[in-house]
Amino acid sequence: MWNPIEGASREEIEALQLKRLKDTVTRLYHLVPFYKNKLDEKKISPDDIKSLDDLKRLPFTTKQDLRDHYPFGLFAVPLEQVVRIHSSSGTTGKPTVVGYTRHDMEIWIEVMARTLKMADVGPKDVVHNAYGYGLFTGGLGFHYGAERVGASVVPSSGGFTKRQLLLMKDFGATVLCCTPSFALHLYEVAIEEGYDIPKDFKLKAGFFGAEPASEGLRNAIKNAWQIQYVECYGLSEIIGPGVAALCKEGNLHIFEDHFIAEIIDPETGEVLPDGEEGELVITPITKQALALLRYRTKDITSLTRIPCKCGRTMITMGAIKGRTDDMLIVNGVNVFPSQVEHVLTKVEGTTPNYVIVVDKKGVLDKLEVWIEVDEKTFADGIGALENLKRRLEAEMLNELYINAKVKLVEPKTLERSMGKAKRIVDKREDIKGVS
Amino acid sequence: MSKYAVKQLSIFLENRKGRLEEVTKTLSDSKINIRALCLAESAEFGILRLVVDNPEKAKSALSTGGFTVKERDVFAVKVPDEPGSFYKVVHILAQKDINVEYTYAFVGTSSMAVLLFRVPDEFFEEAVRSLLDGGIELVDPLFFYK
Repeated sequence: MWNPIEGASREEIEALQLKRLKDTVTRLYHLVPFYKNKLDEKKISPDDIKSLDDLKRLPFTTKQDLRDHYPFGLFAVPLEQVVRIHSSSGTTGKPTVVGYTRHDMEIWIEVMARTLKMADVGPKDVVHNAYGYGLFTGGLGFHYGAERVGASVVPSSGGFTKRQLLLMKDFGATVLCCTPSFALHLYEVAIEEGYDIPKDFKLKAGFFGAEPASEGLRNAIKNAWQIQYVECYGLSEIIGPGVAALCKEGNLHIFEDHFIAEIIDPETGEVLPDGEEGELVITPITKQALALLRYRTKDITSLTRIPCKCGRTMITMGAIKGRTDDMLIVNGVNVFPSQVEHVLTKVEGTTPNYVIVVDKKGVLDKLEVWIEVDEKTFADGIGALENLKRRLEAEMLNELYINAKVKLVEPKTLERSMGKAKRIVDKREDIKGVS
Repeated sequence: MSKYAVKQLSIFLENRKGRLEEVTKTLSDSKINIRALCLAESAEFGILRLVVDNPEKAKSALSTGGFTVKERDVFAVKVPDEPGSFYKVVHILAQKDINVEYTYAFVGTSSMAVLLFRVPDEFFEEAVRSLLDGGIELVDPLFFYK
């Protein structure tokens, strides 16, 4: 384990959580008008937080709140103290923006180091980091964590599969960091290219996250590369990757000296007991620039508090069972049907009848948008229809950063094959866990 | 509207097994006679273009059957069924800088062939006039209808 706190007694962890929660609520009350108003409305003063049980009295924060205060409205520090800004896609064009102070960066690096320690990554390791570098938190999050544990980091970022394989082989990568689908894609290309996996590669572990991975996919990756599979859970609103990581015993531990987790009933907001399934809610309690009270992740899971054989005493979250909204994760990119609809309306001038179909093509996700060709859309010419298709595909890439294939279908096809009101058809296997 | 405008129906079809059979069955059930046809296709879909004996009836039968149908004006010319006839027509249109979107043909009688042309609507009149001036015989739409 990277930090002894991961195996501290529950009393010690909870005492630390309470102290940090009180500090966070006090700071937010005085520094962020949004939270002052919310707490005043509920007639809660920071002094009312006397035990961890009082957490449930605090207001929730949603992604919409972040959007409403775009870009920096929820920051609790002036921009002078912010050393890093990341951003994720949003449903209606406005992204959600997150900021980090120097101190926040230290916390992020710390939890990433703990994550990497799940597979004993250290100075002898070469970490091949194929998460995208940029606004997405995956690339830089793993990068800094891997440097902290002393590994040699290869910041390869995404894409260029064949070159990545060459670098992995020539540099002797022992650790792979990327999305699960890319890990399997790498393997398939390696086989095509004639690599001898055990002979040419030295991988011992992989850190996979940013998109849901079914149990089948996880096993396939484990077996293909013959590595330890470390599932990584996180979200940029909380910190990025590094909220929770899978130990060798197979438990997904939340680093709860920094993030307090709760499970609520997504309908009523009521806190549910351990073991029960509901929406995961996280309160970061050590962050300065962007600390959120009870952030609703929309991920459905459950929590258990039993000491793990690995020595960690930190709370364990189950595999993600699904999401409370209609967000799709396609090759690590968040996609909402409303975004697709926005593009269709923009290009077409009207909102055609459409269905989003997600399936697997080999190991990567494949997104298709089926659009009914009605009398309004139907230009009498193959060229005109092909043009429409191309324009929609280009806009989808441009606005949503996804490679969607547009398929023109006859009217009633959609009703016929998948029921009228359904806008999303997810043909991928059951999503049994987010890694 | 030009007296030479022949009503053509365009039908959007997915490339799906049995779909062509379903269109033709719909027409057959409605006792529609197909006078001329052509099928354009891309990798995923096709457009079936028909000239029929009763366009109104055909259109309503197809719409009811759930097909996407668009009506378009085309014109038809009658030329001797011999080398150079098609060239002569296309040459006149090319001289006038009129773009032919698509064309198809069938042999009308033992000695004559009928060519159908689709040009952009704004060039329709000019196309017809220049062909008549060039001594090409235009076909009266009634030839196709009942």
